[in-house]
Amino acid sequence: MYNEKIMEHFTNPKNLGKIKNPDAKAIVGNPQCGDVFSLYLKIDKNQKNIDNSKITDIKFETLGCVAAISVSSMVTEIAKGKTLAQAEKIDFQDINKELGFLPPVKVHCAQMVIRALRKAIENYKIKNQE
Amino acid sequence: MLNSYKIYFDHAATTPVDKDVLNTMLPFFAEKYGNASSLHQFGQESQQAVIKARQEVADILGCLSSEIIFTSGATESDNLAIKGVVRTQNDIKPHIITTTIEHPAVLDTCKILEKQGISVTYLPVSKEGIVSVADLEKEIRNETILVSVMYVNNEVGTIQPIVEVGEKLAEINQKRSQQKLPKIIFHTDAVQAANYLGLKVKNLGVDLMSLSGHKIYGPKGIGLLYVKKNTVISRIQDGGHQEYGLRSGTLNTPGIVGMAEALKQVQSEKLKTQSIQKLRDKLIDGVLKSVPNLQLNGSREKRLPNNANFSFRGVEGESLMIALDQAGIAVSTGSACASGSLEPSHVLMALGHSAEMAHSSLRVSLGKYNTEKEVDYFLQILPVIIERLRRISGR
Repeated sequence: MYNEKIMEHFTNPKNLGKIKNPDAKAIVGNPQCGDVFSLYLKIDKNQKNIDNSKITDIKFETLGCVAAISVSSMVTEIAKGKTLAQAEKIDFQDINKELGFLPPVKVHCAQMVIRALRKAIENYKIKNQE
Repeated sequence: MLNSYKIYFDHAATTPVDKDVLNTMLPFFAEKYGNASSLHQFGQESQQAVIKARQEVADILGCLSSEIIFTSGATESDNLAIKGVVRTQNDIKPHIITTTIEHPAVLDTCKILEKQGISVTYLPVSKEGIVSVADLEKEIRNETILVSVMYVNNEVGTIQPIVEVGEKLAEINQKRSQQKLPKIIFHTDAVQAANYLGLKVKNLGVDLMSLSGHKIYGPKGIGLLYVKKNTVISRIQDGGHQEYGLRSGTLNTPGIVGMAEALKQVQSEKLKTQSIQKLRDKLIDGVLKSVPNLQLNGSREKRLPNNANFSFRGVEGESLMIALDQAGIAVSTGSACASGSLEPSHVLMALGHSAEMAHSSLRVSLGKYNTEKEVDYFLQILPVIIERLRRISGR
């Protein structure tokens, strides 16, 4: 069901763990559905334009299947070092490009991670609006 | 995924064909290939083999050979049993009683019939995963014509009180005959029981019983339905009127021969149950000792000797299954993520588990070729994998 790239991310996930005192975080999903995605971000605030703030560090914790874990790992890799504006635009196509084929039944996992990332960014912006 | 181990712990899903069973089948593919319905010598040769196989099965079940219908598998047998009974009813809107933990072959069949206006009661089970005869009795109505209770549940391995249900129904049917009410027919899906438990139909008190070849070290694509004499069922597959008009279709001679041989073997090897139980108990005790925050699903005692089913807090079942597969061990899970439907195991939900615990479940089902070394390796690897996945989930 899963290709080599997905399995590699499952076996050796990148950016795993928590961040103490994250600048932004989001939790999406719930154990009743089987998937919980937690993202923790460290953000270097850009005083002039908040959208240009950079994600200097990003970590994840995921309760979920192989696809959920791999996609989480992949998204943190893509998002790290990007500005909030760039990270917000990360979508399913970006994940698909990096991971290759994701079984259709697992597409919702990718959508949930993207949702978590966008939620974290949105929460940050709300908290940091001047 | 490259690994040097190949450990199969998923015997509830399917089993390897036994070497002797395979040898018994082989002549019937390219040597003795006649259609068992043909009147010439090629056909008669096949027919003789089928007659012999049918009698062997009947001897094992303690019934007449005319009470054995060969099918393409237990799914077909379950369909034939349930739809077959319902289709004989023209006058009344019949009522069926079954359980919430049946195999989809029974549950889905009942759900389809419900859409057609048939009334179905799905009996709940205890937390231990066992149905109550008292609950069953309460649900019986005048229009009840069929009770279908599986002998052993395929996910948690819990053994249902079939003999007691049979006795209760016999008692009730006696009263009903005096009241001119229709007899309640008793069907059991005995697929998972055949390796380890008795199949004598008189003891079980069943009118219909489904069995499968590929769960008992026989081939895939063959099964049977025991149909007690004077139990009227309608056929669900039309055609050449084979199997006493109850199941049309050219007989699968190699499959039939293989099924009979497989059944003979497992029923005579029931004495070896003790050794597999020891292995399974070592596995359960080992897991319970070495991994924190888990539970065993289903009754420890009223359980098939080869089955173990756990839920691990903070770990999702598919990722656990794949990680074990990477380590060379094949098991299965009740997690939604691994099922095509994205629904968690209906059996674990019926046991009263939260969806969360259903998603975190692992089923281990041992077989006759598994060794202690394999169980030891599993006990070594599992805690490491659980720890890794719990680190990933942060739970």
